[in-house]
Amino acid sequence: MSLLSTDQLVTAIPGRAPGYALDLSFEPGQVWGILGPNGAGKSTLLHTLAGLSPARSGHVRLDGHDIAGLARRKVARQLGLLFQDHHDGFPATVMETTLIGRHPFLSPWQTETREDMACAYNALTVLGLGALAPRLVNTLSGGERQRVALATLLTQDPDIWLVDEPTNHLDLHHQVETMTLMADRARQGRTVIMCMHDLNLAARWCDHILLLYPNGDACWGPARQMLVPHALERLYGQRLATAEIEGVPVFIPRP
Amino acid sequence: MGSISAEGLEGLVGVVKFPAWTYQGTGIRTTMQGLIRPLAVLLALALAALLLAVMVGSVAITPGELMAVVMGQGNPLHHTLITELRLPRALSALATGGLLAVAGALMQILLRNPLADPYVLGISGGAAVGALLAMLGGLGAFLVSGSAFAGALLSTLLVFGLAHGTGSWTPTRLLLTGVVIASGWGAMITLMLAISPTEQLPGMLYWLMGDLTYANSPWPPLFVLVTLCLLLMPLGRSLNVLARGALQAAALGVSVRPLEWLVYILASLVTAVAVTTAGSIGFVGLIVPHMLRLVLGNDQRLILPACALAGGTLLLLADTLARTVIAPEQLPVGVITALLGVPAFLILLYRSR
Repeated sequence: MSLLSTDQLVTAIPGRAPGYALDLSFEPGQVWGILGPNGAGKSTLLHTLAGLSPARSGHVRLDGHDIAGLARRKVARQLGLLFQDHHDGFPATVMETTLIGRHPFLSPWQTETREDMACAYNALTVLGLGALAPRLVNTLSGGERQRVALATLLTQDPDIWLVDEPTNHLDLHHQVETMTLMADRARQGRTVIMCMHDLNLAARWCDHILLLYPNGDACWGPARQMLVPHALERLYGQRLATAEIEGVPVFIPRP
Repeated sequence: MGSISAEGLEGLVGVVKFPAWTYQGTGIRTTMQGLIRPLAVLLALALAALLLAVMVGSVAITPGELMAVVMGQGNPLHHTLITELRLPRALSALATGGLLAVAGALMQILLRNPLADPYVLGISGGAAVGALLAMLGGLGAFLVSGSAFAGALLSTLLVFGLAHGTGSWTPTRLLLTGVVIASGWGAMITLMLAISPTEQLPGMLYWLMGDLTYANSPWPPLFVLVTLCLLLMPLGRSLNVLARGALQAAALGVSVRPLEWLVYILASLVTAVAVTTAGSIGFVGLIVPHMLRLVLGNDQRLILPACALAGGTLLLLADTLARTVIAPEQLPVGVITALLGVPAFLILLYRSR
């Protein structure tokens, strides 16, 4: 049985008629890309999968249990979420920000151990941020801040990675590094589910695709079957030119 | 950015010897020592302030005379002066300042707003209206305190009920409700001052500015302060995560709504106790948490107990000055907290990054 699945799930998007009911099943090792235009409900779906937004109807099941009935702490040990925005209300260093990824694993009376520190530091190193550990997060560039958020999620390293636009603010090189990290996590048996805007990154790294249409329709399946020009043109209302390079489809918008 | 090894991160954890500088300067205190040292310094400062407060005043007491009183000998006048006047007042100041600073730090986290203080949600306004009504009615000091406490609780319930509304409960909504209710109380206070008999005005104004003259039962606020610190001990790390936003906290396993309710109720109750003890003393609850964050970083496990000690010390020093500067006249202590706090805070801000 898959760790995360949905059962006739309809997300609650304010001011819109109920969308198509989703019966999804996410298996370990899969990399899912959620594609759709602005406002189609990608982030809402991600938050609903994490149990942070109530569903309009249907259920999200984590390890067979309805996620709405599980303690947040138990959920956070299995499932992590990268948000689109990062709030830094009070000054904090990069290391402190990364270390909160260990929060679900520590009891209220425990303080972080050397192992927790090592875990956070490794995550920073993996994202190329080791030298920035003592910096205050509000002094970072947008791309660096995004990588700190990724490092926090890597410190948490849950079985299920829900990732909202992981390549936001990142330059080309770091986009590729980030997608490689996601693929690597999947190879280690994690389930990775990403909201994305870049069709070409999705074509290169995702093995499953979920298309969310603005009218509430949805379809999903293996990437090869979903990433076809007519479906994507209808999705975005945008004509596309297509080519195949190194066995992977490439999409370029037509004016 | 290197790629992860085939064993994944698990293989790396505990194997990599990470250099000491990875946590030095990152604001993280890895040992209990790192937590205890700053608290020990603050405790020593608090005790020094307490000694000072007991010794100075209209009748100066030398360290030798103080020792004699502690040993059970010495001048009976000194004994009375210390045990019945100076020590109760000093301990009240210590407790009240601690309560205000911790409540301020909690409100700042709850509202995710660095400008929040214990009074931002109208608690002091409600207490002031209660106290002034009791004074207008000619009631004694004890009933004035009781009436102030009732006013503070009424204001807390009012703000909470109104902000809760139909279920959507956000920090912004809570803050706006609190600020509006506080303005309402402010208008009522002005109205009461305008219609009060002239001979009652000085007493009322002193209460509004904060005054420890009648604070001679230090045990209730001290007990509340110690209980508060014990209750907050296991919540520190969750509060650290909550400071980064409700959604992020929920995603990291914090039960956000129960925690926010608990913080709101605790902060309101201890503010009510503080205001009942010493009137609405401003500034301590806003500035002390920020001063400590500038020096110690923003780990609530350290900041909250540090607030209890530093807030108490600041108020105690301020009160000692307030009763000695133009003795035998007394100044309102709220004036002194601001006069001491403003330059101290500006210096810290200027010297920080």
